[in-house]
Amino acid sequence: MKILVPVKRVIDYSVKARVKSDQSGVELNNVKMSINPFDEIAIEEAIRLKEAGTASEVIAVSIGIEKTQETLRTALAMGADRAILINATDSVDVDIEPLAVAKLLAKVTAEEAPGMVILGKQAIDNDMNATGQMLSALLGWSQVTYASKIEVDGDTLNVTREVDDGLQNITAKMPAVVTADLRLNEPRYVKLPNIMKAKKKPLEMKTPEDYGIDVSPRLAVQSVVEPPARAAGIKVESVTELLDKLKTEAEVLS
Amino acid sequence: MSVLLVAEVLAGQLNKDSTAKALTAAAQLGAVDVLCASGGCGAAADELAALQGVNKVLCADDASYEYAMAEPMAALILSVADQYEHIVFPATTSGKNIAPRVAALLDVMVISEVMAINGPAEFVRPIYAGNAIQTVTTADAKKVMTIRTASFDSAAEGGSAAVESMAVVACDAPVAWVSNEVQESDRPELTSSDIIVSGGRGVGSEENFALIEALADKLGAAVGASRAAVDAGFAPNDWQVGQTGKIVAPQLYVAVGISGAIQHLAGMKDSKVIVAINKDEDAPIFQVADYGLVADLFDAVPEMTAAL
Ligand SMILES: Cc1cc2nc3c(=O)[nH]c(=O)nc-3n(C[C@H](O)[C@H](O)[C@H](O)COP(=O)(O)OP(=O)(O)OC[C@H]3O[C@@H](n4cnc5c(N)ncnc54)[C@H](O)[C@@H]3O)c2cc1C
Ligand SMILES: Nc1ncnc2c1ncn2[C@@H]1O[C@H](COP(=O)(O)O)[C@@H](O)[C@H]1O
Repeated sequence: MKILVPVKRVIDYSVKARVKSDQSGVELNNVKMSINPFDEIAIEEAIRLKEAGTASEVIAVSIGIEKTQETLRTALAMGADRAILINATDSVDVDIEPLAVAKLLAKVTAEEAPGMVILGKQAIDNDMNATGQMLSALLGWSQVTYASKIEVDGDTLNVTREVDDGLQNITAKMPAVVTADLRLNEPRYVKLPNIMKAKKKPLEMKTPEDYGIDVSPRLAVQSVVEPPARAAGIKVESVTELLDKLKTEAEVLS
Repeated sequence: MSVLLVAEVLAGQLNKDSTAKALTAAAQLGAVDVLCASGGCGAAADELAALQGVNKVLCADDASYEYAMAEPMAALILSVADQYEHIVFPATTSGKNIAPRVAALLDVMVISEVMAINGPAEFVRPIYAGNAIQTVTTADAKKVMTIRTASFDSAAEGGSAAVESMAVVACDAPVAWVSNEVQESDRPELTSSDIIVSGGRGVGSEENFALIEALADKLGAAVGASRAAVDAGFAPNDWQVGQTGKIVAPQLYVAVGISGAIQHLAGMKDSKVIVAINKDEDAPIFQVADYGLVADLFDAVPEMTAAL
């Protein structure tokens, strides 16, 4: 079984996004970019399934600017076997929407015929939390979101999902589209020799036209602004002072 | 054209808080029909009919909708989608699971975590963990969206809408529910509580979390946690507050032993009053705290609990 893992190049999670003064978006030039953290978890899971003998090949795929090759090299260094980059834009400021990404991924899936696609649950830039669900709908495959544990059992996937009131166990028929939650695994560190090896692994370049998919956006961004700032607070000296302030000043305790 | 709100009903139980908040948002778009689908959901349908702003309730009472699995729910929604311009869900894990599927089947984009509605086709939503706020317009004929419940008040009681039963749509679902692992608790729900006490990695262990829980119980509060506390097994996953956990906006949020990473702030910085207890005076959490107490939590928390 092949596993396809879509990975997105996003602003590094440790960087605080800064809004551009013309309100057109967030500053992405000269900002540290990394693989979306959830996608790192997705890659790790795919590699573990390969190490366990369940999967035969792990293919990383990304849709974005040419520089996204770096992100794919990270996935290859972690252990993916090969990569596909669909070069869909020249501008770091253009975010290809989940619907268009899902349509491209559906085409790649049709070509590669994997048994499973593992995505991240959410891209930490647009915070959409949508692509996996959309891909599952387009393919008509089992939809398995927010997975914190997966186990392949023949044609069935046993899954634990993170939901609002705790954990939910489900079974899903294969093939399945899975989205990874934070506690699915802890991704490995990439070792230096593997970074060197990754440079030699195949990375195929494609365009949306190769797949006949129109990636033009459905949503038009009118403005991007900073959230309202909170007024500066104070430090209190003691628990007594804290409780007093909460009662008499903030009036949130009686 | 009217609006379809998909109520959150799991195992026949209405999640009234999140649904009533999403209803307030949906009502800004037009007359709202509410879809109530689950097994044994007659009582939930009646509860929905009693909310103000509901035009009618469509009740699909069938075991196949029991836990709102995405496949059968999407098929059901698609069967009535042509009657609605807007299809709205609360941004819960269940709503966020179904909405993008419905959108893809309709060939439209989904608009996630809407925090304000400027017009029938213009919506405001957070991006980059809430460090930026985006206003988008859509050209799609149908608008499918999830509503950030912390941004809206609950719709009031006092409605008397009709309940119509709705035909079940056959769906050969490839996914089957097996079981839920839910910790029963008498505490208020995290997303509807007026007060929340959250613990982080600083709390140190699952046993020590009893300190956080004792303070919460004295305050009648819900208990939250940072990702680090959940990852370390100090607290269950459904307590996680943040960018990828729950979004909360209580009257009072008390962060104990939490450093204040961007991803945690994303889930709680719209709280009315924020208190931080941390032994590191430079912890970033103090930048958003109205009241900061630099102290060892193992001294301060028991003292606070005793003083209340
Ligand atoms: C993709 C992604 C998604 C994420 N989503 C979330 C999310 O939804 N929610 C979330 O919370 N995080 C999330 N995170 C994690 C986030 O980046 C931080 O790692 C996390 O919030 C840190 O948790 P913490 O503050 O408990 O731990 P730490 O950062 O380790 O802070 C512990 C704090 O406790 C204090 N402390 C220690 N001992 C004591 C004591 N005795 N008394 C008082 N204070 C003490 C320390 O001074 C320190 O400030 C996410 C990260 C990623 C990459
Ligand atoms: N441009 C992209 N290229 C590759 N994968 C993507 C892209 N956008 C989204 N994804 C995948 O879809 C997941 C969810 O993203 P989103 O729906 O945008 O929150 C991500 O974690 C990725 O696995």
